[in-house]
Amino acid sequence: MPHLVNDRFNLIIQTHSHAMPFLTVADLRTYFHTRSGVVRAVDGVSFSLQRGETLGIVGESGSGKSVTCYSMMGLIAQPPGKIESGTAFFDGVDLLNCSPAQARSIRGKRISMIFQDPMTSLNPYLRIGEQLIEPLLIHEKISHKDAIKRGIEMLEAVGINDAASRISQYPHEFSGGMRQRVMIAMALITKPELLIADEPTTALDVTVQAQILELISKMQKELNMAVIFITHDLAVVSGLCDRVQVMYAGRILETADTRSLFYNPKHPYTQALQKSIPANQAKGKELFTIKGLPPDVSKPLPSCPFAPRCDFAVERCLTEPISLTALSEGHAQACLRVQAKEI
Amino acid sequence: MSDTILELQNVKTHFPIHRGFIFKRLVGSVKAVDGVSLTLKRGEVLGLVGESGCGKSTLARTILQLLPTTEGRILLNGKDLTLASRKEMTAIRCHMQMIFQDPFASLNPRRTVFETLAEPLRVHNVCDKKDVPQRVASLLETVGLSSRFIHKYPHEFSGGQRQRIAIARALALEPKLIIADEPVSALDVSIQAQILNLLAELTRKMGLSLVFIAHDLSVVKHISDRIAVMYLGKVVELGTATEVIDNPLHPYTKALVSAIPQPDPDSEKNRHRIMLPGDPPSPINPPSGCTFHTRCPHAIEACKVAIPDLIAHKGRFVACSRIKDL
Repeated sequence: MPHLVNDRFNLIIQTHSHAMPFLTVADLRTYFHTRSGVVRAVDGVSFSLQRGETLGIVGESGSGKSVTCYSMMGLIAQPPGKIESGTAFFDGVDLLNCSPAQARSIRGKRISMIFQDPMTSLNPYLRIGEQLIEPLLIHEKISHKDAIKRGIEMLEAVGINDAASRISQYPHEFSGGMRQRVMIAMALITKPELLIADEPTTALDVTVQAQILELISKMQKELNMAVIFITHDLAVVSGLCDRVQVMYAGRILETADTRSLFYNPKHPYTQALQKSIPANQAKGKELFTIKGLPPDVSKPLPSCPFAPRCDFAVERCLTEPISLTALSEGHAQACLRVQAKEI
Repeated sequence: MSDTILELQNVKTHFPIHRGFIFKRLVGSVKAVDGVSLTLKRGEVLGLVGESGCGKSTLARTILQLLPTTEGRILLNGKDLTLASRKEMTAIRCHMQMIFQDPFASLNPRRTVFETLAEPLRVHNVCDKKDVPQRVASLLETVGLSSRFIHKYPHEFSGGQRQRIAIARALALEPKLIIADEPVSALDVSIQAQILNLLAELTRKMGLSLVFIAHDLSVVKHISDRIAVMYLGKVVELGTATEVIDNPLHPYTKALVSAIPQPDPDSEKNRHRIMLPGDPPSPINPPSGCTFHTRCPHAIEACKVAIPDLIAHKGRFVACSRIKDL
C-alpha cells in the first residue's frame, strides 16, 4: 500500500509545514526474524523533528520506542534484526540508506545517545577520561592533551565537582547519578545537534532524576540541540517535552503537543494510560486498569493493535487498517472511531 | 490479642567490613539500618519510602529475620523474633511472607506453578496431601489467574502474571503480615495498576497487614495508610499517607516530594523543585549529628552535633531539631 504510506508521510510534513524538518522518519519498519517468528518491533513509524525541539516518545515495554531510535542510529544487530523499509532524513542524509562512512561521520558527532543504565554503559576497565574524549579524538583534529582539557570542562558543565582529578578515576568510583552525568558529558562533548535519551532516568532515584532532567534541559538550551526523550513515564515527559508521541505495538497511536496530549487526549489508549497513573486518582479508590495484555507482535496485526483491550472497540476496529490522521494542527491520532467522530 | 501486630524497637542492622586476607580485622561497618522504631497495626498498610541505599530493603529482610539483627527487638504478636530459635522461626515464618521486586528472578524457572505454590503447603504441613491441588487452584483464583495455568512454567507468563504467582505464593500459608519489596517497580503502568488493585483488595478482604516498600511516592501514597520516610538507615518522618505526601514537614521529605514529576504540564511549569545537592552520603561513615545536614537547605551549626529524635509534631513524627523554626 504505497499510496497510503505516502499519504501518511505527506500529512506529517503538512502538519509541520512552517519549516523544513531537521529529522524526518518515514514509514520505518524494523522486524526481528527469530526462531519463534517475525517480531514486528517497529511497524510503520513516521515522525519529524525541528531543530531545538524536544520530542517525547512514550510507550510500555515492547512498544518499539527504543528500537525506533536504535534503527536510526544503526544499532540494530542484523541479523536477527532487519530494517524492512523506511527512510530517516537527518539534515538531508538518509541515515538508513547512506554509506557506513557517512553514518560514522554523523553518529557520535551530530547525533549522540545516552542509555538507560549508567552502570553497564561505561567500560569498567577504562578511566572516565579515556571514554569521555574518545568521540573527540575520532571526530575532531585535536591533540590528546587538548581533548582532556575539553573533557574536564565538559565534566564541570554537567556538575561534577573536582573534575580535574575525577577524570582519571574509574567508573566504579562514581555513584549512579554521577555516572549518568558522565554519560551525558560524553554524549555532549562533540556538541551534537540531536540527542537521543533512552530512559536516562529510569534507573535513578527521584531526587537524582530531578537533577538529571534539569541538566538535560539546561544543556539543551546552551547547545540549542533537539532532544528525543524515550520514556515509559508520562510524568517525566510533561515538564520536559514540546511534543509527545504515544507508541503501542510498534506504531504511533497519537502525537500532539504536550498540552493537547495531556489535557485533550483523543486516542482511547492515551486516555487509558493517563487514567491508570496512580497520581491522577483519588486515594484508596480502585485504580483504573487496562484489561488484558499487550499484543503479541510476532503475529501480523493488520488492524488496530489496541482494539482487543479497548473499551470502545467495535467490529471494524478488529479488521480495518489504521493510519495516523490529523485532527488539528500538530495533533494526529490513529483511532478509527475518533476519526469517524463516533467517540 | 492486642491491636499491634508488629513492633520494632530501635532495630539496627550493621554489616561488618573486614580487611586482610588471613588475619581478618574489623575496620568498620555499613550502618544499613540504624535505630528504627515502628509499630504496625492489624490490617494496616505501612509505606516505606526513601532513595536507594537508605536501608528500606534491609529493614524488610531484618523484620523477616533473613538478616541477623545487630541490636534492638522485633516483636511479632508480642513475641521477640531476635530471641527465637531456628525451630521457632520456622513456625513463625508461616505468619509473615515476602513479595520481591523482580518476578523474573523470584520464581524458580524449572518449577511449574503447582510446584512453586505447593512447596510452602508441604513444608509446613498445612493440609492433607490430597487437598494440595485444590488449595493451589483456589490460590490462583484468589490472585486472578485461571487454574488451568497450574502446570505451566514461569517463562510462559508475562511480568504481571508472574507477580500474581509470587503473591499467591506469599498467601499460601495465610500469613498475617506481608512485606512487599518494590512489588510493582518492574512492571508497566497499566499492569502496575492491576497489581496495586489486587494487593489493596487482598489486604482488605483477608485482614492482612502490609509493609509496602517503593520508591514511587504516588504509588505508596495510593495504597498506604501511613508512610515512613527513611534516610541513611533512620526514619525521618512518619505520618498518615496523605499528610506526609501533601504536606511534608521534614526538609528531606519536602525535597523528595518536590522531585516527583507530575503528569500535568501546567503544574509541572509551576512546580517548585527543591534540588538536593549531591548524592546521599555513605552509610559506612555517616555524617555526625543529623545525617541529613550535609544536603539540607536549612542546616545550621547545631545540626552537625545534635542527633535529632523522632518527635511528635503536628500529629505526626518528625526527626529534625529545627522543625519548630521551619
